[in-house]
Amino acid sequence: MLLNKFTSAVKTSWKGLCLTLKHLFAARHSRDVKNIKSSNYFEQQEGVVTVQYPHQQLPVPEVGRYQLDVEIDDCIVCDLCAKICPVDCIEIESIKATEAIGQTSDGTVKRLYAAKFDIDMAKCMYCGLCTVVCPTECITMTSQYDVSVPKMTDLIYPFAEMTPEEIAEKRAAFEKQQAEKQAAKEAALRAQKQQE
Amino acid sequence: MNFYLAYILVAVLLFSFTAVFALMAVYAERKISAFIQDRLGPMETGKYGSLQTFADILKLFQKEFIIPTVADKALFLIAPVIIFLAVYMGFVALPWAPGVSPASLNLGIFYLFAILSVETVGILMAGWGSNNKYALLGAMRSVAQIVSYEIPAGFALISALMISQSLDLQEITLRQGILTDSEVIKFLGIVQVQDIGGILAWNIFQAPHLLVAYIIYFIASLAECNRAPFDIPEAESELVAGFHTEYSSLRFAFIFLAEYSMMFLVGIIGVILFLGGWNTPLPNIGALKLAAWTTGVAWGLFWIMLKTLLIVGAQMWIRWTLPRLRVDQLMSLCWKILTPLAFICMVISGVWKLAVM
Repeated sequence: MLLNKFTSAVKTSWKGLCLTLKHLFAARHSRDVKNIKSSNYFEQQEGVVTVQYPHQQLPVPEVGRYQLDVEIDDCIVCDLCAKICPVDCIEIESIKATEAIGQTSDGTVKRLYAAKFDIDMAKCMYCGLCTVVCPTECITMTSQYDVSVPKMTDLIYPFAEMTPEEIAEKRAAFEKQQAEKQAAKEAALRAQKQQE
Repeated sequence: MNFYLAYILVAVLLFSFTAVFALMAVYAERKISAFIQDRLGPMETGKYGSLQTFADILKLFQKEFIIPTVADKALFLIAPVIIFLAVYMGFVALPWAPGVSPASLNLGIFYLFAILSVETVGILMAGWGSNNKYALLGAMRSVAQIVSYEIPAGFALISALMISQSLDLQEITLRQGILTDSEVIKFLGIVQVQDIGGILAWNIFQAPHLLVAYIIYFIASLAECNRAPFDIPEAESELVAGFHTEYSSLRFAFIFLAEYSMMFLVGIIGVILFLGGWNTPLPNIGALKLAAWTTGVAWGLFWIMLKTLLIVGAQMWIRWTLPRLRVDQLMSLCWKILTPLAFICMVISGVWKLAVM
């Protein structure tokens, strides 16, 4: 009984020691940093597995779903992305323009200014729903995945390009137009009353 | 004046040796463990991370030394000193090369074994002084383990000593090679090899049962320096860090230094008693006087370092392979297997000395 235990202990210990020795000597080579799509990815069974990021980087898929990016010139500020977001990481503030302010690259007419377009990447769950609903395809996921920052708030990416003065100006212009419209309406109403 | 200067010089030399060895050994351990686990280990500090341990020790120097409020201050403060001194003083009696030993004691091995036991006291002091349940548990386990494993280790050493017929480490080494004066050395007790030397004259080949004794000693020595698979005193997954849980800064560094020096020390004791010490492994073959060519002070230093570092490498290899033993398994291995086997070895040694040699 004791002898059996003893011999099996010696045998199994030796087996383990041989195994680790094999790995010790196999560490002369490193496995190549390969895309998982490459055909012999799983054929590399021996050698060091460490990828020395950032000196080495694993290739990412071409259509990888990593950080969000917004092409603000193509944005019509429709707010669909903010509405669909399951974690509410997109915050949009819009200002109505007094007239059509231009066209996106796919020909959609822009009628709203984006006063604020913040995406909090710390909240983002990388589901990609916003990229699906975007009518102009201006919000996309990029292959950028290294998001190490010293402060949490650095992960809130502002995409709006308007300065505070511009925002104030556009807001004033819109209010002025509204007031003018109101005045015109009231004038028309008065004129109607007088005719009667 | 010169007399004292020599003393200080030897002490400084030995201390710098232990310090450099510990730094290198920590680096080697990290690299070996990494390679065994298919990792790379430290790579960023210096070429291949070679400056990593120097950076670590610099960091330790700068750290605050924290004494827990409820700790027994005196015990807590001197424990690391005692732990380190016990190991450090062991280095004094070692024969490093033919004719080179800092202190040539005719009770060398006895002194070594006695001074190594003092480490246990230091560990118990550290554990008790910390006033921490993990530290105390670790210290108690450590003491139980070291006290138990000293018995098979001691008997294994005695069986070698009976063959060597001396307690003087320099004398023991001399009797395993071509430099022996009159003694007759027999390979396996049959062939006279005092002129051939080399590996054939080593104690484990003079009397083959010493190979078993050496394995017993090696296993017991792993337990004595608290290394895996016998690292239950420091079992990270159970006891945080065992007896040195509460230590920080320089005193932590000293405990670590002692631990790695201890590895070297138990390795070198095994090498001296069983594997020929500073004797060359190459035998004289006819006109090819390999043993004679590779014997000398520099060669002796080279061989003893090479052998010991190989043993230390094996200790690391074992640490990163075998899982930790449970306390009861540890004790049953010691008392049921190693102790009886060591006893048998000792009896065979006696018979061998009388009947064969």
